[in-house]
Amino acid sequence: MASYRRITVLEEGGVSVVRFIDKKIVDSGTIEQLGEELNALVTNEKRNMLLLNFDGVEFMSSAALNKLISLNSKVKAAAGRLKLCCLRAEIHEVFKITRLDRVFDLRKTQDDALAAFKL
Amino acid sequence: MTSIEASWSIDKKIPSELDAGHAVIEELMTALETLGWEGRDVFHIQMAIEEAVVNAIEHGNKRDDSKHVHVVFRVNRERAELAVTDQGQGFDHRNVADPTEDDRVDQPRGRGVMLIRELMTESAYNDAGNGVWMLKIRSQPEESGSEA
Repeated sequence: MASYRRITVLEEGGVSVVRFIDKKIVDSGTIEQLGEELNALVTNEKRNMLLLNFDGVEFMSSAALNKLISLNSKVKAAAGRLKLCCLRAEIHEVFKITRLDRVFDLRKTQDDALAAFKL
Repeated sequence: MTSIEASWSIDKKIPSELDAGHAVIEELMTALETLGWEGRDVFHIQMAIEEAVVNAIEHGNKRDDSKHVHVVFRVNRERAELAVTDQGQGFDHRNVADPTEDDRVDQPRGRGVMLIRELMTESAYNDAGNGVWMLKIRSQPEESGSEA
């Protein structure tokens, strides 16, 4: 398995659960690296069942949101599924304002999200 | 800032570099915390000022090192007033495409104007479209808590 600096990845019942190292995803270098690592999961490691767990993430800029949108496209192109969980209320609000809650499958807890992969 | 000070301000021209932008935003965030701002309000301000400063550097000045971004932040315990002006050509803020339209919602750009408008109490652009002013009035305690 590749090693990453911005994320950790664990397998849970056929789903790759991704957690973020950074509490604040704001620095442009960090965001670029994060985008590359997320894309590598799909492109290099051929993972297409991804759950992004935002537990511990306090802030993310819209540049980071853009990386998630790109990842979503990649996962769709690979006939996979992407879900997000455990977003703090303020980040969830940003998804609602921008209507990205229609683009992403947002779940409250990791267990909810993992169960939804089985539907 | 000492504990008896109840306001903070900065009027500064920064180079068109993201590191410089983030450094001045960090100064703002530290000042807000010192003045007792917290929770949802702080998140909203950080999101909006990130949008404004990064857009000024990247889209306004196009990272041209001969240009600067002028930031004016005035903060007290109740109000945060923030202005960001670049030296670019500006944009037509009155005719920005709605990023929530079905054919645009999954495009990875164009949310800055909307986020600033929705997250701040008031916002306005100058006629040239190269400067944004925004105001956040601090929420009452019951408004600022996080909701599940």
